[in-house]
Amino acid sequence: MALLEVSNLSVQFETPDGTVTAVNGLSFELERGQTVGIVGESGSGKSQTVLAMMGLLASNGHASGQALFDGQDLLSLSPKALNSIRGNRVAMIFQDPMTSLNPYLTVERQMTEVLELHKGMTRAQARVRAVQALDAVKIPEAARRLGMYPHEFSGGMRQRVMIAMALLCEPDVLIADEPTTALDVTVQAQIIALLRELQREHGTAIVMITHDLGVVAGLCDQVMVLYGGRVMEQGSAESIFYQPTHPYTVGLLGALPRIEQDGTTLLAIPGAPPNMAHLPPGCPFSERCTWAEPRCGSERPALTAVPQQAGVLRACHRSPNQIALLAEGKTP
Amino acid sequence: MTARTPLLSVTDLKVHFKLASDSAWPWAAPRVLKAVDGISFDIFPGETLGIVGESGCGKSTLARAVLNLIPANAGSIIWQGQEMRGASADVWQGLRKSVQMIFQDPLASLDPRMTIGQIIAEPLHTHLPALPQAEVMKKVRAMMTKVGLTEQQINRYPHEFSGGQCQRIGIARALVLEPKLVICDEPVSALDVSIQAQIINLLMDLQAQMGLALVFIAHDLAVVRHISQRVMVMYLGRSMELAGKQAIYQSPRHPYTQALLSAIPTPDPRRERHKTQQLLQGELPSPMNPPSGCIFRTRCPIATTACAEQRPELRALNADTEVACDFV
Repeated sequence: MALLEVSNLSVQFETPDGTVTAVNGLSFELERGQTVGIVGESGSGKSQTVLAMMGLLASNGHASGQALFDGQDLLSLSPKALNSIRGNRVAMIFQDPMTSLNPYLTVERQMTEVLELHKGMTRAQARVRAVQALDAVKIPEAARRLGMYPHEFSGGMRQRVMIAMALLCEPDVLIADEPTTALDVTVQAQIIALLRELQREHGTAIVMITHDLGVVAGLCDQVMVLYGGRVMEQGSAESIFYQPTHPYTVGLLGALPRIEQDGTTLLAIPGAPPNMAHLPPGCPFSERCTWAEPRCGSERPALTAVPQQAGVLRACHRSPNQIALLAEGKTP
Repeated sequence: MTARTPLLSVTDLKVHFKLASDSAWPWAAPRVLKAVDGISFDIFPGETLGIVGESGCGKSTLARAVLNLIPANAGSIIWQGQEMRGASADVWQGLRKSVQMIFQDPLASLDPRMTIGQIIAEPLHTHLPALPQAEVMKKVRAMMTKVGLTEQQINRYPHEFSGGQCQRIGIARALVLEPKLVICDEPVSALDVSIQAQIINLLMDLQAQMGLALVFIAHDLAVVRHISQRVMVMYLGRSMELAGKQAIYQSPRHPYTQALLSAIPTPDPRRERHKTQQLLQGELPSPMNPPSGCIFRTRCPIATTACAEQRPELRALNADTEVACDFV
């Protein structure tokens, strides 16, 4: 059995405008030492997926389905049981380190709290462990900086503190929600190198949420592409990047300016992101898809395996061969 | 290169902010933050100059100083042969008819209480008060169509639009006066990838149609490569390298440019996993207390003791590369 098995995860919110389904029928498995990337634009349901798994949904949100971690369903655990797993065996790094660290407490207090709670350490033991953790994420003068408040750190350093805190209990699964989006590229490169190193040493499994396909390419084994709360395509990083079979994946890769080549015109995806409260009855991407057929707007394509590519799932009425031809500008 | 006259010529521009002293001693020297410290560049008609750098390097301050939104402390800003620094407010007002700006946060840069029509018409009312209302509306409608908005949207308010559409409105407002130069301060960094591509394509189309010169400020080097002819790399208020696009992306000379380029993740798993990365050590130094000599030396892989003593100035290596390092 895989370390983390998510099946048919859905997240719904009750809003004044009616029920909004933010995530719809998501399934994936994650093995020890592996990284899965969840990619999508803003509002595609990436963050809600992991917040649901961590029991952190807003009060009007409700999750259904299953998220088995080591045999226990995270979605149906009592808050007490969940608390013994959260921060301990499954840890999370948030996007914005400034708003997710407590500004009133020193880094020491925030880090030792985790160890006292989960590992039953004394403050002195916890302090020694906290210094080690800050050293491991390469924060210089860790012992001195432990006594500082979050505002005294730079953005990159704060994100390191977050990572160190998440790794204090050596979790089996690390969930990273856009961990480098707020950072500069050189700092981003440092943080990604750090995550890779930590994964190699501890065999941590990582769920990486990002909109940056470059970050996914460097870090992830498996990739899920979300649009409008549904999986459009999922499979190994190699197949998603080199043989995309879904129009949205093809569009995303085409819309990206490349550092290694000069382009003339970027292949923009027309239209705007969908309104989650009014999705079309068919494929959520159909309104923006240049290759949509009449049935795409009314009939929802099921997520099915691609016979030619092992492990790839896609939700599209057109066949992979048709998409490949269309992507080259030919008519199938 | 032909002896073209630059549209805008900025020489040794400095923007220093005086901060409150942190000393209890009332005669202590005031602290100075050198946000922009001696930047020079030329912009020629119809070209795009990309300005890249990490947060806090002074890109946005530079853009604002060029338009006198933040007054510069030293240096010169020459617009079509006329020195603008120290010019009167009226002269600056005249300049802003030809130099417009597009801002980073599309929604925050639009007044929520004005309709789209009023927002796009405002520059016309300000700079061409004699223009009859019918003519103004005609121009506004034409501009809206140009940037991909429909005429029916003219009476709507900004909150009714998505981020990408708000940025189109910002572009329409900047271009309605038919300026010669547009300064774009991170115009696409708040947008999703698919929308970002739409806006970049739109900007490039409009540039070709209207013969605009662009200053394109961004932290995304791939976007800058796509849109620019020349690129300037900034670090802590100084210019590290200024070169043609081919030169800077294919053979970056300055160690900082090299590190910056190698840090960018590419959407190509095989390449990404096997590339040798040149990771920069440490953090950006405090701009309040920058290193002596070369400002990059504390993180530079090839720094020597000489770097601490003398500040390297931009020097020309060849026709289209200037670099601020004595060891390349």
